[in-house]
Parts: sequence; C-alpha cells; structure tokens
Amino acid sequence: MNNEDDMNQSSEAELADQGYSAAGEVGLLKARRTVSENIWRGLKSAPPSAIFGMAVISIYILIAIFARLLAPHGEAEIFPMSYAPWGGEFLFGTDQLGRDVLSRLIYGAQNTVGIAFVTTMLAFLIGGSLGIAAAINNNSWVDNLLSRSVDVLMAIPSLIFALILLSMFGATTINLILIIAVLDSTRVFRIARAVSLNVVVMDYVEAAKLRGEGLSWIMRREILPNIMPPLVAEFGLRFCFVFLTIAALSFLGVGIQPPTADWGSMVRETAGLIQFAEYDLTAAMTPMLPAAAIALLTVAVNFVVDWFLHKSSGLKDEQ
Amino acid sequence: MHPVIRTILQRLGLGLVTLFVVSLILFSSMEFLPGDFGEAILGQSALPETVAAFRKELGLDLPMHERYLDWLRGMLTGDMGNSFSGRASSGNDRSRAVTELIAPRLQNTLFLAAMAAIISVPLALFLGITAALYRNSIYDRMVNAMTLTTISFPEFFVAYLLILFLSSFTHLFPSLANIGSDVTFWERVYLSFLPALTLTLVIIAHMMRMTRAAIINLMATPYIEMAELKGLPKSEVILRHALPNAWAPIVTVIAFNLAYLVVGVVVVEVVFVYPGVGQLMVDAVTTRDVPVVQGCAMIFAATYILLNLFADIISIITNPRLLHPR
Amino acid sequence: MNNSPKGQKGDVLLEMRDIVIDGYSDDRWHEIIKGVDLVLKRGEVMGLIGESGAGKSTLGLASMGFAKPGCKINGGTIIFDGIDLMKASADEKRRLRGSRITYVAQSAAASFNPSHRLIDQTVESAVRHQVKPEKEARADARKLYRDLQLPNPDSIGDRYPHQVSGGQLQRVMTAMAMSPRPDLIIFDEPTTALDVTTQVEVLAAMRHVVEQYNTAAIYITHDLAVVAQMADVIKVLRYGETIEDADTRKMLASPEKEYTRSLWSVRSIEKEEEDSEDIILKVDQVDASYTGSVKVLDNVSMSVPRGNTVAVVGESGSGKSTAARAITGLLPPSKGQILFNGEPLPPRLKDRSIKQLQKIQMIYQMADTAMNPRQTIRDIIGRPLEFYLGLRGAKRDKRLLELMEMIELDESFIDRLPAELSGGQKQRICIARALAAEPDLIICDEVTSALDQIVQKGILQLLLRLQQELGLTYIFITHDIATVKAISDQIVVMLEGRVVEQGMKSEILSPPYPDYTKLLLSSVPEMDPDWLTGLLAEREKEKTIVP
Repeated sequence: MNNEDDMNQSSEAELADQGYSAAGEVGLLKARRTVSENIWRGLKSAPPSAIFGMAVISIYILIAIFARLLAPHGEAEIFPMSYAPWGGEFLFGTDQLGRDVLSRLIYGAQNTVGIAFVTTMLAFLIGGSLGIAAAINNNSWVDNLLSRSVDVLMAIPSLIFALILLSMFGATTINLILIIAVLDSTRVFRIARAVSLNVVVMDYVEAAKLRGEGLSWIMRREILPNIMPPLVAEFGLRFCFVFLTIAALSFLGVGIQPPTADWGSMVRETAGLIQFAEYDLTAAMTPMLPAAAIALLTVAVNFVVDWFLHKSSGLKDEQ
Repeated sequence: MHPVIRTILQRLGLGLVTLFVVSLILFSSMEFLPGDFGEAILGQSALPETVAAFRKELGLDLPMHERYLDWLRGMLTGDMGNSFSGRASSGNDRSRAVTELIAPRLQNTLFLAAMAAIISVPLALFLGITAALYRNSIYDRMVNAMTLTTISFPEFFVAYLLILFLSSFTHLFPSLANIGSDVTFWERVYLSFLPALTLTLVIIAHMMRMTRAAIINLMATPYIEMAELKGLPKSEVILRHALPNAWAPIVTVIAFNLAYLVVGVVVVEVVFVYPGVGQLMVDAVTTRDVPVVQGCAMIFAATYILLNLFADIISIITNPRLLHPR
Repeated sequence: MNNSPKGQKGDVLLEMRDIVIDGYSDDRWHEIIKGVDLVLKRGEVMGLIGESGAGKSTLGLASMGFAKPGCKINGGTIIFDGIDLMKASADEKRRLRGSRITYVAQSAAASFNPSHRLIDQTVESAVRHQVKPEKEARADARKLYRDLQLPNPDSIGDRYPHQVSGGQLQRVMTAMAMSPRPDLIIFDEPTTALDVTTQVEVLAAMRHVVEQYNTAAIYITHDLAVVAQMADVIKVLRYGETIEDADTRKMLASPEKEYTRSLWSVRSIEKEEEDSEDIILKVDQVDASYTGSVKVLDNVSMSVPRGNTVAVVGESGSGKSTAARAITGLLPPSKGQILFNGEPLPPRLKDRSIKQLQKIQMIYQMADTAMNPRQTIRDIIGRPLEFYLGLRGAKRDKRLLELMEMIELDESFIDRLPAELSGGQKQRICIARALAAEPDLIICDEVTSALDQIVQKGILQLLLRLQQELGLTYIFITHDIATVKAISDQIVVMLEGRVVEQGMKSEILSPPYPDYTKLLLSSVPEMDPDWLTGLLAEREKEKTIVP
C-alpha cells in the first residue's frame, strides 16, 4: 500500500471522528442534475425497444401534422377505378369508392391520431382534476359521491357502454369524442385519486393547508408536480386504449363516419379483399395497412411507457 | 356477524345497486330517440293510427316511472319486448321477441368464450408465474416483449392476420363461422376455431402480464425475504409462503380478463360473422333497434358485474385478516 | 445437518476481516462498508451502534453471507466457526441460515406471513433444517413463549400475526430465532418501533433467553442506553468504518474517541426552568373525536405561558399529536374551547384569519415528508415570506439569508432540493420555514425523534437559542424523557386522550409519582449497564409488571 493511501485513510478516519457541526453533516447526498442532463442520461440508457418506440411516435406526429403536404391526392377525392391494384399512380391502390388508399392512410393519421389525442386530453382534464380534488377532500361527501359514481360507471365495460350511448345519441364525431372522454375519465379519476392520496397524506400538504393556501394552489403547486411520473405513464396507456377503442368502434361502423378518412373504418371498407389472398396478395394486404398502422403506433407507445415505468419505479427503489 | 359474511353481503349489495343503475341508464336510452322515431321505424306510409298503436305498445303514453317498473318487471321475467325490426307500415307485426333473438346467440357466445377461456387461463398463468420467478432472464424478456406487442394490437388486426395465414392462404379453417342450429359439437369447434384463437391470443397476453406483475409484487414482500433468511429452499419459499397469498391477486387477474373477454368478443364476432350476442348488438346499434340493444347490453353488463363480484369475494375469503378477526 | 458440537464459551465464533460492501444507488456503486473488522466470541453479545446510514444492518446481514438486493459483498473474509462464507456454496450458506445463524428483523409485522399461524412459522426453520422433530419443536416453542413472558404461552402460537400486538410479535420473532438453538442471533433494531414501556419487557425477555442458552448475539441499534443493557462489548460505526471497539463498561466509563464521547453527551443538556403568568395559549376542557363515538381527547386542559416550553409527553395513542391537531384547527373540538392571547380561536381551520394562522406554526417529525420534494429551499422558506409578510424579490431574498443564518446554514443551500440535504439540515430548514412566518407559538411534533442522537443535540440547542433570542413559545410533543429534561419548563403527561398530570418540570420529574408517570419514567433506559437488572428486581418486588 502506498503512502498516499495511508494518509487518505487516516485523514478520513479523523474526519469520521470529529464532533458534530450542522454544515459538516454529510448524508447520502444525491448529485443534482439539470433537466437536460437528466433527459440525456435517460436516452443513453434506453433499451432499443424504447428508442424504436420514440422514433415511430415522432414519425407519426410528423405525418399527422403535415398530412396535407404529404398526401398525393385528396382525402375524399374519387377516381373512376375502384379497387385498382397497387402501383402506378396509386401506391396502395384504391378502395371500394375509388379513393386513393395512400392518401387516406396519411389523412387517417391526422384524423384517428388527432381525435384520439384530443379525447385523451379531455379525459385527463376531467378525470385528473376531479381525482385530485377528491383526494384532497378525502372521505368527504364529494369524494364518496364521485368515487361511487365512478365505480358504477366502471361496472359497465367501456365498449358496450360506448355502443349504448352511441345508439342513444347518434354516432357523430363530437359525440364520439365526448362519450369516450367521459367514459375514460373514470379510469383517470381512479389513478389520479390513488396517486394523489399518497401525496395528500404528506406533511407538506398539511403544512400548506395550515398556512391557509387555497384548493387551487394545493392542487397545482403541491400535488401535481409530485404525481407527474405516474400520470405521464397513464397518459400513454390511456391514449392507447382510447385509440384502440375509437378504431374498434369505427371498425364496427359506429365511430368516425365516412367520408372522413379513418383507419378503423378503412379496415372495414376494404376487408372483403382478404379473401383474394391466393390470387392477388397485395390486394389482400390492403385492409391490413390501416390495421397495421394502428398496431404499430400502439406498440410504439406501449414500449415507451413500459420503459418509462421501469425507470421511475427503479428510482423509487434506489431511495 | 363474522366480518367475512358482512363484507360479502356489502359487495353483493353494491353489485345489485350497480345493476339497478345500469338498468336506469339503459331504460333512459329509449327516451333519447327523436320524437318521430315511430314513423322512422314503421315507414313513411304508416297511418297515424298504426303509429299510435305502436307507441301504446311501447307504453309511451304512461308516465315514466310506471314505464320503468313495467320494463324492469319484464326484464326480470324474461320479457324484453320485441325488436323494432320486422315492423311494417301496414301494421303487420313480424317482429320477434328480443329473448327469442338473443337465446341461441347467447349459447354461441358462451361457447366461444368458454373455448377461449379454457385454453388461455392455464397457459397464461403458467407463463406469467414462470416469467416472474425467472425475472429479467432471457425467457422473461422475450415473453414480455411478445405480450407487450400482442396487447397493442387491435383485435381485428389479430383476427385478420389469422384469417390471412390460416384461411385465405392455406384454407385450413373457414373465415366465416356459419354455425347453424344443427351442427355437431366437433363441427362447432372447427367453425369456431379461428375466432376462439383470436380471443385466446389477446387474453393470454393481458393475463400473463398481470399475473407476472402480481407475483413480482408478492415476491418483494418482507416476509418472503424472511423466509429466505431462515434458509428455506426456493421451492418451499414459493409453495408454502408465496402461494397462499397469491390466490387473491391471481383470481382478480383471471376474473378481470374474463370480463375483458366480454368486450373482445364483440369485435371478433363481427369479423368472423359469428352468430353471437356481440354481433347482434352491433347490428342493433347501427339500426337503433333499442329493445335489442337494451337486452344485449343488460346481459353483457350483468356478466361483467358478476365476474368482478366473484373476484372480489375470492379476495375477501382468502384474506387472513378477515378470516380470523382479532 | 446441525450436529456440530458447540465449542467452549470464549472461543472465537465469528471472524470478519476487512469487509468491503458496496451498495447500488443513483446509478452507481458506493462503498457502504469500507474495510471493517468484527470478531465475536461464543456466548458474547456485541452491540453495534451508529447512526442510520452507518451500515450496521448491512454488516449484520453480511455475517450470514447475505447481501440485500442492491448490495454486494466485495471484499474481506467471513469465517463462521471455521466455515469460510465467502467461498461457501449457496446451498451451504442456506443450510447455515435459520439453523446456526438466525435473524430478528426490525419490523415484526412485515416479516411474518399473514396466512400462517405463529407457531408454524416459529418452528419452521428448526423443523426444516432437521434440528428437532416437529412435535418436540412445538413443545419447545411454547416453552420459549413462556420464557419470553408472552401471555397465554400455550395458545398464543395458534393465532395469526395480525391478531397479536407489536410487542408480542417482536417476542414471537425472538422465539422463532431461538427455536433452532443457533450459535448466533442478529437482532436488527428490534425494539425501535416499540413504546418505551413495552420495550422494557421485550429487552428483559431477550436478554434472559440469550443468557440462558449461551447464544452469541449481535445487537444492532442506535439507542445507547438500550445497548448498555444488552451488550458485553460495543462497536461504534460511522460512515461505514469502525470508530471504536471496547468492553461495555469501559466504553461507558471512559470512551476514547471524540465521536463516541459526543454520542454519550447528548443527554447532558438541561434547561433551567422558568415560569410566567402571561398565558399565550389556553386549552380549556377540550373533547374531540374523529368519528363521533370514540373520544380521542377527553377533557384536556393546559396552559402555555409565553416564552416557555411546555413538553407534552406520552406514548403512542396518548393523544399528544391529536391535541396539536385540535390547536391548529385540523380537528375541531366537540366540546370546550381554545384561547389564543385571550381570544377564542375559531375551532375550524377554514374559519381562522390569516393573521391567526400565521401566529401558530408547526414543525413535523419527518422532515422528508414535511417539505415538497420538488421545491427548492428558496421556494420552501420563501413562500411563507410571500404569503404572510408580502415580501417579494430582493426584500424576500434578504430576509431569506437572515433566516439561513439563524439556522446556521450558509447561502449555498438556498437553491438545493430537499433530497440533497441530510436529516438534520432538513429539519433546520423546517425550523426556518416556521420562523419565516414570525409566529408567537411553535408546535414541535416529535421533531427530534427521527434524528440520530448526535443530530438531536444540535437541533435542541438551536431551538433553545432561538427561544432565547426571539421570545418564542414552544409546545414540544415527545415521548423521550431525555429530550423533555433538556428542553422543557413545564410538562404535561397524557395517556389515552386524557391529561394525567401537569406541572413544572422539577415537580413532575421528582417523586412521589402517580402510577402512570412512574411507569413511564422508569421505563426509560439509562446509561447504566445495571439499570435493567435493577429495574426488574424492583418491579418484581412491587409486582407492577404490565403485560
């Protein structure tokens, strides 16, 4: 052992043997990192599945925003040949009315993804704020009323409930968004309330109450920043669920109505082509394109959310 | 009263209240039809008397609460009214009773669900438990990736993939489930194979992930670590210490996924044109055939509620704190 | 098999040399134990003391060759009765655990399987490792329950974990550890979570059983007085290194190192008591309950003189924290009233004015949960400055710096997050937050109970100084008599929601004592190794043992 090590050891021992001073306390300190440092470290450690997911999501977002520029033809532009084969002017052929499948796929990104996103945001707004408010007033009549109502609403499977309500109110896009947002807000309520309850029992929330802070301050500044990780993860999961539900309803014919290009209804419209697989493989693949588009985005979001959950639960273990 | 019995009764009560509320919601769906729906259903050429007679038959001239009680009584005794389809403007009523429409289809749907459940439940449990025990191994990560992908697929995508590979190309199985009333058991199995397979794949994925999560949670509890510190071999730790506490979460997972089956069945039935309650309901929604929608929805809701109630009750009776109160 | 013959008392049983253990956190490996030696003889009890984070539990578990998930034993040798645990196979180690080395965890409630009966779990290791046949093991378990002074020793084993109390569960866990007659038991803070009066019973039982069966033990704790009762030798750890190793009596009488001496000196503070006629807060015959049926406060009255400290003492469930909630308005009284500066306070928090809220501040036990982890120190202390005093910008920052100086921390701390501070520093920030409001009365709810003893002293000294300089009044809620002696002028003793006694410190802490106070005071361990023995002998004489 060389002398330097000896010296370091004994000076450390001396340090350890000193008496007590406030600033001299050294606990198990966590190094402070800026937000951008954290993001970079996160990205470096991401598994290939999450990177793949993030890449796919970015591509979809770009297509959705720039649909008008990317699509070769119009969304509802009808050409004289229906069921045209792939290739030439129509990369993926035309559908039963003679509309270009590729263009409709691109516009579908805008419509389906856009509508699903708006619906999820709405669900979060409703469910999130009610959930946090219920947690703050834990066990009050408001909390009990909301929780029981949510229990009852959740007792009916979403798809069935959506079908019922759509049959009652008619299947328009606005109705679709509102109905699914309300139905999904129940799940958001549950999770927002559950994670908020963990935070609400913390002394710092009580300290804020004792100070005289109002409900809105407590929600925004004390609770919300501390429940972001699970809520962000839940946003991803809810988005997938909403997205799949809207696609399913459109597939069943009671969701987004034609002529709006939407992946779910596109599957329904071209489903018949599957039978011709032996004769014309590409034609048979036509309905699979919008279906695959749905599946790919959902897989991508799930991969990213899975990694995110893994990271944030890992953080908890460390502390 | 023993706390277990009291808790079970509370749950049953809650289940009944929920069914009651569901019935109210379904009942009110009739209220939202536009005022002239009588003409819309019977046709433009219907006479005012025919329309009036139709409305009387539906009890629309009675006050709401009386109508509700009539309707509820009907539901409970098996009379769900008659379908809106089959009514002509001439007053000729060839509509069929809703129960008559539902009964054979209910049989078909239950058959399909049972086929899917029997295959998926044991397989999913096995995969989930082994993945949790060999956490982070190659096996676990592979299974994880595969199930994550599968649960991301919409059911119709899985269905069409199966049709593409097992039907259109290879002609192994039919893509349309033409189940008449006189098929034999094995014919039925053959015709239902693809739809059942679709459901199975979807359910296995969900169930396996939830089981894995539940078991991982369980293995992280302090008393499991204590069992290790007592030097017990791993098999005994799992069998004697983990398993007795695993019933509640596992049964909850199973019940939850069987309830999910109720929802998945609708899309699958439509893809394969399988004559079940799901397909009936979707058609009825498209045509706004309210009595049929009400009947189908009631059945789905009741099944869902019952399954969740069952899971709840199992959790209660396996909870040692409730079984052996202080 | 477990048939190795027991050696003589005095032989070396466990020899750990140069142990290095790493822990994984914050994305990298840190050294938790940095080269520690530990030698234990047969039948010897070693007290392992140190602050939290010193690595005591990790070291204790390492003696079994066990590392918690997230930890790795990276160096050194561990020889247990001639067996090299670093080289032994997983199976060999497994056979040792539960039969020759056993472990008593800190939380008994979490360590028992809720689905199995107590007696099944007690005999499990002995039976599984084939130390005894089952019937014999069960009979022996009942004998152990009797030795450990558990009530109904023949039938308590048939119960489930949730059906017995915390102290009883801890004793059953000790029985479980003794059942295979191990050579070594590791006690990991077994009485930390228990009330002082229960602790006495458990300590006595543990010591008795360890002596009777000539078992060696490592007793891990941060409570010095407790370790004085149990151990033959003491090892002091700090930051993963050994500070001092000595015989108990020798170490208590003349500790060598500065740090060790400072641990001992915590109990040396004692405030001189004062009294005053000017009453700032008067709690007048207050009743309160949560659900309406069971009273959590029953006819509670107390008067708090201005500028003084009133200590409210009691065990868990005594109602001391509940009284604080009633005073702050979180739990409105169902009867009686609370007067502040002569004026009655509105019973509910919502009805109070900002001025009223400002004048009464609260400091909590756990500084971790008392501060929002996402806010910087600047925000945490700055908010009351904005909210109550309307200070913003430069004026606010100036006041912030003044406050930081008062709590003896420098300005580099201002932009940190709570997670970057140590326990004592966090509590100081909470004190600054309370001071920022310029209150008259501060309620300190067990503010030092979660801190290591050496840190406690610093905080108490700070609070005393601030009281002197600013004329603050404190209501100090605690269960620790040493703290009470250090900081209070008056004492209020509570039991089960009622005030059992109140008066000046000198009156209360000198005889004659009413029953409960006597029980409470005498149960507090003292630094004398013979204290426990003496206490038990006295109690035996008086037959006032509480089950």
